[in-house]
Amino acid sequence: MLLKIAWRNIWRNRLRSGVVITSIILGVWSGLFVIALSAGLNEQRKVSVIENSISHLQYHQPQFLDDRNSKYVVTEVDEIVDQLESDTAVKSFTLRSLVNGMASSARGGNGVVINGVDAEKEKGVTTIADHLIDGEFLPEKGRYPVVLGEALAKKMNVRIRSKVVLTFQDANSEIVAGAFRVAGIYKTVSSKYDEMNIFVRRSDMEELLQSDNAVNEIAVLMNDFESIPPFVVDQRAAFPELSIQPWNEIAPELGYADEMMEIFLYLFLGILLAALAFGVVNTMLMAVLERKRELGMLMSVGMNKWRIFSMITFETISIALAGGPIGILLAYATIHYFQSVGLDLSMWAEGLQNFGIDTVVYPHLETKYYWSLAIMVVVMAILASIYPARKALSMNPAEAVRAI
Amino acid sequence: MMKPVIETQDVVKIYHDGSIDVHAVNGVDLTIAPGEFTALVGPSGSGKTTLLNMIGGLDKPTSGRVIVDGTQLETLRDNELIDFRLRKIGFVFQAYNLIPVLTATENTEFIMLLQKRPKEEREARAKALLKEVGLEDKLNKRPLELSGGQQQRVAVARALAPKPAVILADEPTANLDSHSTANLLDIMARLNKEEQTTFLFSTHDQRVIDRARRVVTLEDGKIISDESFDR
Repeated sequence: MLLKIAWRNIWRNRLRSGVVITSIILGVWSGLFVIALSAGLNEQRKVSVIENSISHLQYHQPQFLDDRNSKYVVTEVDEIVDQLESDTAVKSFTLRSLVNGMASSARGGNGVVINGVDAEKEKGVTTIADHLIDGEFLPEKGRYPVVLGEALAKKMNVRIRSKVVLTFQDANSEIVAGAFRVAGIYKTVSSKYDEMNIFVRRSDMEELLQSDNAVNEIAVLMNDFESIPPFVVDQRAAFPELSIQPWNEIAPELGYADEMMEIFLYLFLGILLAALAFGVVNTMLMAVLERKRELGMLMSVGMNKWRIFSMITFETISIALAGGPIGILLAYATIHYFQSVGLDLSMWAEGLQNFGIDTVVYPHLETKYYWSLAIMVVVMAILASIYPARKALSMNPAEAVRAI
Repeated sequence: MMKPVIETQDVVKIYHDGSIDVHAVNGVDLTIAPGEFTALVGPSGSGKTTLLNMIGGLDKPTSGRVIVDGTQLETLRDNELIDFRLRKIGFVFQAYNLIPVLTATENTEFIMLLQKRPKEEREARAKALLKEVGLEDKLNKRPLELSGGQQQRVAVARALAPKPAVILADEPTANLDSHSTANLLDIMARLNKEEQTTFLFSTHDQRVIDRARRVVTLEDGKIISDESFDR
């Protein structure tokens, strides 16, 4: 009966309850959508950095991490390649020669990271080849092809077949220069990355460096995130003299972003619900104060304090439950829809690209957040009912029953 | 002699209004036997409602004793008083005070529900009482769909439903027209006889006074007359 009274009481003032239920629906819906958008942006940024740049894990000579000199090469390349080819958890890998240098054109120069790669292997690990907007990705034929980002191409005023001179130091700290032709121009979601990274054939790098093995980095893509930690442990045991780092050690900010995102999402939900709670408290307080006589009667006829408290709590929870699930379902539908079609944020493309984020965002939200929010809504309702319920219990029944 | 169902012994109630002490009830000795149909009359401020509240366990006397159906009220703790009201007292209020979201039947069942009586018993008793008060065709109507007189009849049914020792009615006819008042008084007088429930009213209403078998008059918190009538 208490539940029945609580539920019916909500609809005594349809407009007031409707407003507060609508605010809960909108609050829950928009809150979940915003955190799904944030999670989607964060995930896309992470995936983008992993796919375009760092991969799931990398092998280096430890000294290379401190001093990016081309002389610090990975020495056990053949053994590592054997292991990578035989491990089923490994999806693909690539060998890279890396050197910092200068790219110059007739228009000017720019400091760059020169990535010497095997075109086919690189295609299996990074998506640079998929981001080509002109030309092709390091063709086998032709002398010294180079692929560079659109941002750099614009800055240096070069186009396909333009000449670009790359200058860098070899293992003996001698300056080496090579004249390359632009074979392709790419554009990723990060304009900063595009401005800094150029790609050449590893064989060309080895030729210029006069080295048989100029592998400074081995980048590996695994089949899934879960297999990364055990694989890293195994490889560190097998090659103790090498630095083998998973993605969250290579780019700790990405790992922190994941952790921070979780904290942020819960904090955001908490703030959102706290704001909604004030609306609910206000509504329930009004409901209690305008029902003084009825509450006075209930106390007079022997309804104990626990039952009165429960009735008001049920009523508050009913309001929350009338709005919460609708908000959650709406959010689920909206997130699900945009998760498949994407949300076009091209209006803010420039700003997003500075953060390495694509202009089409795919919001997504783990199921646990829906459940967490559902629980938080109920907890919010219980907390929001405390003050109105205490107000009701503080009434003197003999006076309340005569209240006008 | 039959054991009284209500007994007040030198009951005093003093309210503090700033620095002034107001003696709302000032040494009242009153004994009411089971089955009486008593009107507590007097001008506004004479202490009727205060005395009724103390008998109903809604207020505690400053001094003196209130004993209802063998229970000495001033010795009870708050939660015991709540339980006492639930088990022993039926209230009928001036403004009916029904629960607006419940039907007539549900309102009548409500106190029995708080007493955790079985569903079948509640439903049967509620229907029988609503029939007794002439509302058998209004069982599923909510208070707002009933007239004032009909609402007060539901309130009487609700008060009687759990078979309390005493029904305390505070100005029950104050908001009713003469037809509804006469009708309600007929019903209460009949139920008083049939159910042998003790009725104690506070009232100004001469129509109620004329139907009471005992009239206790208060003035300035004291009983100034106590008359019985053979009606």
